[in-house]
Amino acid sequence: MKELDPMVFVAVLQEMLGAWFWLIVAIAVIGLVGLIAVIIRDRRIVHRPLVYAEIAGVIGGFAAIFIMQAVTHSTMADIGGPIDWVLGLVVWAVGAVGTTVLAYLILRAAVRRLA
Amino acid sequence: MPVHVPSSSPDTASNGLALRRRDLVRLLGGLGAGAAFGLLPHPASATPARVKTSAKIVIAGAGAAGLAAASRLADRLDGATITLIDERRPHYYQPGFTLIAAGLKPPSYSISTTKDYVARGVDLIEERVAEFDPDGKKVVTSTGRAVPYDYLIVATGLVLDYAAIAGMDTALIGKDGIGSVYAGPDAAHATYLEMARFVEKGGVGLFGRPATEMKCAGAPLKYTFITDDLLRKQNTRAKAELIYTAQNKVLFSVPIVSEKVRMLYADRGVKVNYEHILTAIDPGRKIATYKTPTGSAELKYDFIAVVPPMRAPEPVRNSPLKWQEGPFAADGWMEVDRATLRHRRYPNVFGVGDVAGVPKGKTAASVKWQVPVAVDHLIASIEGKTSKEVYNGYTSCPLITRIGRAMLVEFDYNDNLVPSFPGIIAPLEELWVTWVMKETALRPTYIAMLRGNA
Repeated sequence: MKELDPMVFVAVLQEMLGAWFWLIVAIAVIGLVGLIAVIIRDRRIVHRPLVYAEIAGVIGGFAAIFIMQAVTHSTMADIGGPIDWVLGLVVWAVGAVGTTVLAYLILRAAVRRLA
Repeated sequence: MPVHVPSSSPDTASNGLALRRRDLVRLLGGLGAGAAFGLLPHPASATPARVKTSAKIVIAGAGAAGLAAASRLADRLDGATITLIDERRPHYYQPGFTLIAAGLKPPSYSISTTKDYVARGVDLIEERVAEFDPDGKKVVTSTGRAVPYDYLIVATGLVLDYAAIAGMDTALIGKDGIGSVYAGPDAAHATYLEMARFVEKGGVGLFGRPATEMKCAGAPLKYTFITDDLLRKQNTRAKAELIYTAQNKVLFSVPIVSEKVRMLYADRGVKVNYEHILTAIDPGRKIATYKTPTGSAELKYDFIAVVPPMRAPEPVRNSPLKWQEGPFAADGWMEVDRATLRHRRYPNVFGVGDVAGVPKGKTAASVKWQVPVAVDHLIASIEGKTSKEVYNGYTSCPLITRIGRAMLVEFDYNDNLVPSFPGIIAPLEELWVTWVMKETALRPTYIAMLRGNA
């Protein structure tokens, strides 16, 4: 195996997602920058919206698995070996973290009265 | 991994660290970006400075191998004249045919336009190659135009010889229980419609493969598995008998894979008829005739997935480029060195992709690993150097065993399994992760390959 070039992964991801690629990158960047901005503004992580965001995150994780299976014409019954559970957990975690960050951001940035 | 080349990266200084990082990247690649159909990324352009040259390079055939070769050459050469010759305007993503024939994707899934992948600075002549003249260092197109070259890459692919099966015609695909996944995206869809009718009604389903070399020898096996799966999902499996006719005494050329498939077929209730070669088809009576060691045998069918014999295209078969003797001579495959893809008698000629007369691997994964090797040797020749790049026969087959699961089978010339993710993705295990890669990551990786980016 030769050295891996990270740009290859970017190239493949771009082919995979098409126009969605830049949309997803934009959402991720906005989410991260926004999160850092509200934490700096608040000088702390506010508890109540965090709990709501985490609840949304749990649901978001399962939604990610559901979307993944819908896109790939598969079901929970297709989970075979241990690596399949790992993939399921990774998909869940990505969905959960993404949803939590975005939900917290929306709650702190847009719905101030909840704070 | 197939090709081990000493790395010049600082990473290798502390080998342990490098390995760990590499494994991590592999895993992320496999799960996220889908590195697998050979499939770890082949680093293209982390290569040295562009080579200045005025060489004339002709690439015959603008399919997967031709386009990938053109992209890489355009990337690495400065001043070369690179000419692709191919008359077909649509480009077919052939690994998608199985998914179309499974009813999971529309024909458009596999169709795009050749021009979209022609690298900048590469000329495309939209004509057919009619003649190869390696002694005169030129090719002649269907309009009689002679195109001279210093270096030639033959990537013409192969021809599907449906006429070699008496009574068979591509016009029959999609009628009276006859399917054939290979003939193109529309034929694959028509095959699905026939298979779906069979799944509803039941009866005898015949599958199999030709005695010649063929594209993706796993495809007929997969299609049998997929049909079995759809029958089970429709609760009609009991009404159907599935028979796989193997051309010799095994199900797959790699013994360990053959054994695994034999066990899975036994488990799924697929009957296997060994040493059965399809010679004729009677669409009216729905009877297929096979050549067997004990004479000819007839099998009645309600659905048959025909896989035609495959040969090198006529201009290659009629040229001095083909093997003069040995197992690849009869069907006219190109006489290339199996490690470098360089022609054994014409050192300025290379053969990549399906047309190459090498054991194993007429797949996109083979192309992915063959093209960089051939291109490196070609460029080394331009520079008056020698390349150390070696193609070890690596190829890969995500062998679908049901909709939702597949086995990631990867092997080389020596029938060794060469898993991309050892210890992580077991090669002979039916896994969801492998299926997910097949469905989401393969086509993007393939297209990145056409552009020279993977």
